[in-house]
Amino acid sequence: MSGPVAQTPGPILTPGETPAPPHRSLVQQAPDLLVWGLVLILLIVAVKPVEMGHISKLFTNSQNMREFGADLLHPNFDQLPLYISQMWLTIQIAMWGTALAVVIAVPFGLACARNVSPPWLQQPMRLLMNLLRSIPDLVVGTLFIVAVGLGPFAGVMALALNTGGVLAKLFSEAVEAIDKGPVEGVRATGANRLQEVVWGIIPQVAPLWTSYALYRFESNSRSATVLGLIGAGGIGQLLFETLNAFDYHHLSAIIIVIIVAVTLIDILSQAMRSRLL
Amino acid sequence: MTDAVLSIRNASKSFGQRRALDGVSLDVRKGEMIALIGPSGSGKSTLLRSISGLQTIDAGEGRIEAFGGAVQAHGRISGRVRKTRTRIGFIFQQFNLVGRLSLFTNVALGSLGRIVAWRGFLGLWPAETKAAVMAALTRVGVADYAAQRANTLSGGQQQRGAIARALVQKAKIILADEPVASLDPVAARKVMENLRDLNKVDGLTVVVTLHQVDYALRYCDRVVALKAGKIVYDGPATGLETKQLIDIYGPEFEDVFWEGAPK
Repeated sequence: MSGPVAQTPGPILTPGETPAPPHRSLVQQAPDLLVWGLVLILLIVAVKPVEMGHISKLFTNSQNMREFGADLLHPNFDQLPLYISQMWLTIQIAMWGTALAVVIAVPFGLACARNVSPPWLQQPMRLLMNLLRSIPDLVVGTLFIVAVGLGPFAGVMALALNTGGVLAKLFSEAVEAIDKGPVEGVRATGANRLQEVVWGIIPQVAPLWTSYALYRFESNSRSATVLGLIGAGGIGQLLFETLNAFDYHHLSAIIIVIIVAVTLIDILSQAMRSRLL
Repeated sequence: MTDAVLSIRNASKSFGQRRALDGVSLDVRKGEMIALIGPSGSGKSTLLRSISGLQTIDAGEGRIEAFGGAVQAHGRISGRVRKTRTRIGFIFQQFNLVGRLSLFTNVALGSLGRIVAWRGFLGLWPAETKAAVMAALTRVGVADYAAQRANTLSGGQQQRGAIARALVQKAKIILADEPVASLDPVAARKVMENLRDLNKVDGLTVVVTLHQVDYALRYCDRVVALKAGKIVYDGPATGLETKQLIDIYGPEFEDVFWEGAPK
């Protein structure tokens, strides 16, 4: 350049000059790259411990699968009324488990929400909900079987605590995503905190909350089946006993009953959820 | 001034580096209808929101009083703000009705500060509230939509619902933050007429921020202009000259008239 005045790059702009578009530097991108790289490395490290190499056995041992499948193809429905009544019991366990979970999740979900509760309440509540979520319902179920004995009630409590923790998290996330305008609208009338929640927040999250609760009811009717394995009653217990007796014809019938029931619940709750949102 | 219902003393508010309010002092007398004008970012909304205690002002000597009691002082909202808010109706640019509730319920929420707490909690509105809601909806002209969900209504209908809510609140002051900015001109005129009606007939004090200067001049008696957080004009609407407006708005000047700039 022959001119005496060189363009100085930098933040000083002459009037009328357009500033440069925003640019993400490598330093700003580093956290993203780091996280994705770490995920990839963890997956690769986990290949050996989980024996992903055994994937070929799916095909080499196919003869066993075929025999098992052949028995399953001839279900024996002679005890159908018993299966249906046990399935119904399982669904009832799921209903009460979910209902109690909602009762737990409404106050705790609000207490966990950043835009509702103060930090001193919110942090311990989040910790408590994490704890509830992280203990598998089978473990909680076993604890309650020790406490209240074998039977459906232990199953109800196991589902209630675990689902309560899950729903509290989902509920609090829904609350954190609300539009704060209507809440301010209610606040500006001189409403107290509780009234702000009832009239400004709950109406906004009600459809989402209901949808989450229904979804959890769906998955709880599956979980309730599994809980039968540890003696919490219902169709799961029957399933376990039949499986131990190698009675594959009856086992097949039970599985079909479960599939039909769970599918019906899925369809029903999906229909209800799509109407809500 | 003994009849001041609002008194703002030396209020400042910074958002990071930007000063939204810079030592604003303002007195509002009972029964006035005041337009707050000024370019975008001049602090109009911040001032209004601070009066209702929806926002704190910076700590310092700044003080805001309503009805002779403090709303906030020294950067802290007063503990009695809920009581004060029941007497101040707030109209928002985005209406801020609760979309999934019926228009009736939204307007009934105006009574929350007055009725027994458990009734307000359960939504068991007293007969007196129900009558007041329907009277207010009739007055602003949207009674036909009482049963409809608020989010199915047009912007103008929602905004008039918001005014009805302030009526049910039995507010003595109405603060309206850009009440017509999201509306078409016809709906905007109806909303402004509703506000002026409340001012003239019921003697309510109205403070309204407006981006449309022609609306400010047509509907309000007193105009307060803000620029970069400072009051640059405070006087009768008739006293504002084009030259001053150009000075206040700068390049935005042409855009702040909906129905044509004065020649």
